[in-house]
Amino acid sequence: MDYSQFLALKQEIGLLIVFLLVFLYDTFASARAAKAVPGIACVGMLLLTVFGFFQASVPATEAFAGMYFTSPVMVAIKNILNVGVLIVLIQSVKWANSEFTAVRRGEFYELILLTLLGMYFMISSRHFLMFIIGLETASLPLCALVAFDKNRYESHEAAIKYVLTAVFSSAILLMGLSFVYGLCGTLYYEGIYFMVSSNFGVMMAVALAFVIAGFGFKISLVPFHLWTADVYQGAPTSVTSYLSVISKGSAAFAFLVVLTQVFGAIYSQAWEWMLYALIILTITVGNLFAIRQVNMKRFLAFSSISQAGYIMLAVIGDNAMGISALMFYVLVYVFSNLAAFGVIGAIENATGKVDMTDYNGLYKTNPRLSFTMMLAMFSLAGIPPFAGFFSKFFVFTSTLNGTNSVALYVLVLIALINTIISLYYYLLVVKAMFINDSENPISTFRSACTERLGMWICVAGIICLGIVSYFYDYLLTVAA
Amino acid sequence: MDITLIWYLVPALVMFCCGVYGFLMRRNMIAMLISLELMLNAVDINFVVFNRYLYPGSMEGWMFTLFGIAIAAAETALAIAIIINLFRVSKNIDVRDTTKMKY
Repeated sequence: MDYSQFLALKQEIGLLIVFLLVFLYDTFASARAAKAVPGIACVGMLLLTVFGFFQASVPATEAFAGMYFTSPVMVAIKNILNVGVLIVLIQSVKWANSEFTAVRRGEFYELILLTLLGMYFMISSRHFLMFIIGLETASLPLCALVAFDKNRYESHEAAIKYVLTAVFSSAILLMGLSFVYGLCGTLYYEGIYFMVSSNFGVMMAVALAFVIAGFGFKISLVPFHLWTADVYQGAPTSVTSYLSVISKGSAAFAFLVVLTQVFGAIYSQAWEWMLYALIILTITVGNLFAIRQVNMKRFLAFSSISQAGYIMLAVIGDNAMGISALMFYVLVYVFSNLAAFGVIGAIENATGKVDMTDYNGLYKTNPRLSFTMMLAMFSLAGIPPFAGFFSKFFVFTSTLNGTNSVALYVLVLIALINTIISLYYYLLVVKAMFINDSENPISTFRSACTERLGMWICVAGIICLGIVSYFYDYLLTVAA
Repeated sequence: MDITLIWYLVPALVMFCCGVYGFLMRRNMIAMLISLELMLNAVDINFVVFNRYLYPGSMEGWMFTLFGIAIAAAETALAIAIIINLFRVSKNIDVRDTTKMKY
């Protein structure tokens, strides 16, 4: 065996080193010294992120008989995930050091780093065995993380709902893969790609539907979304932000890779229409249910369901621009959603309030927090000067790039109408903070410096990504 | 009488459908977990049989089955742990009663 191929896994090995450092330190440090665990995890993640940027020009490399693949696109995707995880880790420091979680804070960071490792492998794999192992490594520790608040009943209820749906969806995905294997005789992406169109029939269509359903659970596309709101509400806020951004983003990347590189040859025969129906349902149902939510975390859960529909718009175009549009959308989504969750987490840590009515009159007592929240909502809704507008614009463009299909134009029209609907409920939050009066508003408080740092990064991202064209140009050159 | 591919595929499919039915219909969490195991095991049978009958030259399906068993074991262990935690908090593992968060 040629051991030099391990060198292709530089980022994975780097992440493994960070994980081992945190793990060993947490295991052997005394109770007082263990206070440094969040700091070590954050610094380690920061170093890894910086290291990732130096890998940007790595040539396309295969390793382990073509099971693993890395290229500038893969590195860019991993860098986006790294940035998101770094912000989540920074924002979670105060929560991790709080009274009830301090005993187990090391486990929080270890499990988060481990799921990230699984996502790396899930994205980089070119063989379904490796893919499934990565997928499970990513989703099983997340179930444990959802159950992290041991004293809160909701946390356990969310965890049981999450673990049962996660296993159910993997079982469906595996069933689909077994049919694909029976038809094609191989599990390599490339091998299946060349076999798939000559073997296309009812069985392949069923297998593909199973695979899409399995992924639909992970990305929470309607009608596979029923777990999302409950899990987001019950999980600790730091875990919720991780679930909604990193877990969903990485699953979307993996979905793109699987659809284009495995089933790309039967695009118009099979999955274009399946995805078409899913996107319309996802965007519309997500939006309509978001309107009636009171709890902020539930509200963002339904908002993230409809955002998943927009992410899938980049996939259905099936062209190179879709890849860059998807990466840019997820990058912007990372900053916008984490800004919103940062504010929610800060308010929850200080006062324990998570309902939208609690936010009435927030502007008078905490102007900076309300301003951050307003930017996040504007970016999620897609209002022009902010990054969210450009990401939606590029996604719509990529869907229509080089196509004359009327159906796709109708799809984009429906998505546009839904953007207007989504504006209504995003502005409800802004209205609550700036216009509504309250008898007893949330009192003025100063959030922890780590939370503020996280929010500053997010605000900078929301403003800069929209105005500075370098980021999108870079992603476009990488994807081409 | 020859035992052909179809003799294995039909029981596997029946097992899978039983698993789906049980997952949707049973109300005890342990029973739901057993149904999930049925689904995962049906997948394993499928992989082994396809490998044995259609592609005996390679071992990809067998390898996949081995890893699939390990993954199923990990999933069960985690789910059981979470169910035990839930039982400690609420003294109940009936899914009809875990409905504090809805819609």
